[in-house]
Amino acid sequence: MNLRIQEPRAPKNAEAALPVDGSVRVAVPAPVSQIRSYLQSRGNSSLADSTFRWLMLLCALSIFAIVALIATELVIHSQITLHKFGLKFFVGSAWDPVNDNFGALPFIYGTIMTSIVALIIAVPLAVGVAVFLTEMCPRAMRGGLSFLTELLAAIPSVVYGLWAIFVLVPLLRTYINPLLIKALGWTGLFVRPDFGIGMFAAGVILAIMILPIISSLTREVMSAVPHTQREAVLALGATRWEMIRMGVLRNARIGIVGSIILGLGRALGETMAVAMVIGSSPTISRSLLAPASTMASVIANEFAEASDDTYRSALIEIGLALFLVTIVVNIFARLLVWAVTRGAPARVS
Amino acid sequence: MGVGIEVNSLNAWYGSNHTLLDISLHIPANEATALIGPSGCGKSTFVRCLNRMHETNPVAKVTGQVKVGGMDIYSDTSAVEVRRRIGMVFQRPNPFPTMSIYDNVASGLKLNGYRNRRILDDVVERSLKHAALWDEVKDDLKKKSGASLSGGQQQRLCIARALAVDPEVLLMDEPASALDPVSTAKIEDLIFQLKSQYTIVIVTHNMQQAARVAEKTGFFLNGKLIEFDSTHKIFTNPGDKRTEDYITGRFG
Amino acid sequence: MSGATIPLRASAFNRQLRWFTDHLASVLAVGATLLVIAPLVAIFVDLVYKGAVSLNWNFFTKLPAPVGETGGGMANAIVGSGVLLGLASAIGVPVGIAAGIYLSEYGRGTKLSNLVRFTADVLNGVPSIVMGIAIYALIVVPEKTFSAFAGGVVLGIMMIPTVARTTEEMLLMVPHSIREAALGLGVPNWRSMLSITLKTALPGVITGCMLAFARVAGETAPLLFTALGNDFWSTSLNQPIEALPLQIYVYALSPYDEWHRLAWAGSLVLIALIVLAVALVRWVTTRGVLKGAN
Repeated sequence: MNLRIQEPRAPKNAEAALPVDGSVRVAVPAPVSQIRSYLQSRGNSSLADSTFRWLMLLCALSIFAIVALIATELVIHSQITLHKFGLKFFVGSAWDPVNDNFGALPFIYGTIMTSIVALIIAVPLAVGVAVFLTEMCPRAMRGGLSFLTELLAAIPSVVYGLWAIFVLVPLLRTYINPLLIKALGWTGLFVRPDFGIGMFAAGVILAIMILPIISSLTREVMSAVPHTQREAVLALGATRWEMIRMGVLRNARIGIVGSIILGLGRALGETMAVAMVIGSSPTISRSLLAPASTMASVIANEFAEASDDTYRSALIEIGLALFLVTIVVNIFARLLVWAVTRGAPARVS
Repeated sequence: MGVGIEVNSLNAWYGSNHTLLDISLHIPANEATALIGPSGCGKSTFVRCLNRMHETNPVAKVTGQVKVGGMDIYSDTSAVEVRRRIGMVFQRPNPFPTMSIYDNVASGLKLNGYRNRRILDDVVERSLKHAALWDEVKDDLKKKSGASLSGGQQQRLCIARALAVDPEVLLMDEPASALDPVSTAKIEDLIFQLKSQYTIVIVTHNMQQAARVAEKTGFFLNGKLIEFDSTHKIFTNPGDKRTEDYITGRFG
Repeated sequence: MSGATIPLRASAFNRQLRWFTDHLASVLAVGATLLVIAPLVAIFVDLVYKGAVSLNWNFFTKLPAPVGETGGGMANAIVGSGVLLGLASAIGVPVGIAAGIYLSEYGRGTKLSNLVRFTADVLNGVPSIVMGIAIYALIVVPEKTFSAFAGGVVLGIMMIPTVARTTEEMLLMVPHSIREAALGLGVPNWRSMLSITLKTALPGVITGCMLAFARVAGETAPLLFTALGNDFWSTSLNQPIEALPLQIYVYALSPYDEWHRLAWAGSLVLIALIVLAVALVRWVTTRGVLKGAN
C-alpha cells in the first residue's frame, strides 16, 4: 500500500507574524491520512476492557474463594469425628487410635504451653530489640542490624528444626535445664526426666521464630508515634529511658499488644520446628521438660500413619480448630495494629 | 487538517460542585484559541470535557453537547475513540519513564496495535520535527529514555507524542507553566507553526502568551464564559467589565 | 515536716535512681539485641561448618544412596523443588498480580477492595499445614494419589496474597500523570494498565514476587500431604515428588549420621537461595524502585 506522509505546511520561519487584519487562514481539506484511518478502524475496545476488568476482579475474588475452600474442605472431611464426638472432642484427653477414641485436649494443652513459653521469652527480647533499633541505635548500624533481624524471619521452619535438634536441644539438656530444675523444680514445671526435647525446647525455638514479627511490627508502631510526643517528654527533663517509656511505649502500647498477638498467631500454627523437638507424645504433663504434642505437630507427625477414616477425620478436625483459632487471633491482632498505624499494615510474611 | 468545535450548553460537575455553568461557544478550525481566567475558574475542566478526560474522575458528571467536526463526541462515539482524534498536552510534562524517546512518540500508535516499522519511523521523525525537537534528539532516539530530557524537551516530546496520532484538535492545558522562559518561547513558536495543520485550544495563565499566539480568546470566571471574541478585541476593548478587571490585573 | 533539706536529699537519690534506670535500660536493650543476633549467627555458622563439608559434585547430581552407603546426593530434591516452585509461580504470580491490579486500578477505596486486602492479610496468617490439608482433601483424595500437581497448587495458593499486596503497593506508587498521559492518547484502559502502569512498577512487582517465592521455597508442612516425597527421579506432575525441605525433614529425624550431614548441606543450599532473594529485594527497594518515574 502506498502511503504519502503529509509534509508540514507551516512556515519554517518561526517569525511569521500574527495577521493583524484578523483574517482567517482558509483550511483546505486534505485526504485523511493512513494513521487516522487506521486508528478509526480500531474501534473502542469496550469488549476488551470489560473482559480485562472481569478477569482482574475474578482474581481478586479468588482470595475469598481460597478461604472458603479451606473452610469447606476441612468441615467436610472432619464430618465423622464431628458427629461422633461433637464438642467433647476438645475436652477429651484420651488419644487412642486403636480403639477409635479421640480427644484433642492434650494438643490444645501442648499448643498453649509452648506458646506461653515462647511469648515469655520472645516479648521482652523483641521489645528490647525494637527499642534499641528505633531509639538508641546509631544510624549507621541501623540498616545492617534490622536486615539481620529480618533475616531471622526468612529462615525456613525445617532449618530451625534441624538446628534445634542438633544444637539447641543438647545445649538445653547440658547447661540450661539442670539450672532450671535446680532453681524452679519446686513449681513442678521443671522436673526430671529430662531428655532435652519437650515443651520447653519447642517453646524456645518458637520464641526465636516469632521474634522477628513482634520486633518489626513494634518498631513500626513506635516509629508511628509523632516526634512531638518525644520532645514534650524530653522538655520536662526526662532521661532517655523515661522518654521512651512515657513518650513512645505508652502511646504505642495498643499496637505493641497487637504485634504480640500476631506473634502468638504465628506460634499457634508453627509446625515443622515444633514437630521436630517436642517429642510427639499425646500426653498432658505438668513438667515443661516432658514430651508432648501441639495441634500442628500431631497432624504433621501422625497423618501419614492415619490408616482409617476416623483417625484422619480426627486429625482434620484438629486442623479445622487450628484454622478457626488462627483466623480469629489474626483478625483481632490486625485490628489492633491498624488502629494505631491508621491503615493497612505492611505485609508481614 | 483541523476541524471546528461547537459547544452547546455544556455543564460539568465534580461531585456536587457545579464547575461549569452553561458554556456555549464555537472554536474555529485551524486557529489557536486561548482560554484565560483566574485559578479555579473552570478553564481546565472545560478543555478536559472536550476530550472526555473529565469523566475519568469517578465523581465527575457532564451534560450538554460538544460537536467536533460535526460529530457529537458524547453520543456518537466512545471516549477512547474521541481521544485519538483530540490530543492533549498536560501542564506537567509526563513522558513514559520506561520508554525510549522513539517509543514515547510512537506509543499512541504502538499501543493501538500499529506494527509497520517504516511508517512508524516516518511518523516519529515527522512528529519530532513538528515539535521542533528532532535536531536535539535524532541521534539518541532509542538510546535515551523519555524521562532523561530537560523539562522543556520533555514537554516538546509530549507534544510530538500527541501529534503522532495525527489528531484533528490539540488541547494544551497550560503547557508552558512548568517551564523556563526559553522553553516557553520555543513552545509558543511551535503553536504558531502547528496552527495551519491543527485546531489548537490553549489554556493559559499568561495573558501575554494568549495575545501572542491566539486568534480568539475566551475569558472564564467562576465556571461561566464571560466573553469570547477575537484576541485583539479582548485585550484592547473588552466588552465586559469583569474581563477588563482581569486584563488590567485587578484580580487573579 | 518540710525542712528545706529533705526534698534536696530525696531529689538527689531520685536523680541517681533515674540515672541508674536509664543506663540499665540501655544495657538491657543492647543485651536483648545481642541475644537475638546470637542464634542467627550460630545457625549460619553451623550451616556453613556442618553443611559445606558435604557439598560436592555428588550432592548436586546423585540420588539418595541406600542406608550405610556414602556418595548419595539430593539431586532429586533440588529438581523436585524446582518443579514445585515453577508450578507454584505459574499459579501464584499471574493471579496475585491480577488481584493487585484490581485492588489498585479498579477498586481503589471501595469496600470490596478493603475487604479483599484484609482477607489477604489474614490468609497470610493461616498455618501452612492447614492449607496442605485442604488441598489434600481437594486434589489428593479424588485423584487417589499424592502428586507434584497438588504440591504446586498449595504453594501457588500461598503465594497469591503476598504477591497481590506487594503488587498493589507498587502500582499505587506510579504517578497519576502517567496514567493520564496514556488515556489522553486514546489507549484502551486494559492496554494502558499493562503496558504503561504495570511496566513502570515492574521492578517493585518482581521483588514482591521474589519475596513470596522465597517464603514458599522453604515450606515443608503443606508438602507432607500433597507432594509427599519420592526417593527416585520424578518430574511427573501426577506422581509424588521430592522437595528440598521435605528431604531435610526426613533426614534430620533419621538415625543415620550420613543423612544428618546431607540435611545440613541441603539446609545450606536452601538458605543460600533464600538469602540471595531477600538481599536482592532489599537492594532493589533501597536503590529506588521506580527509576525515572519520579
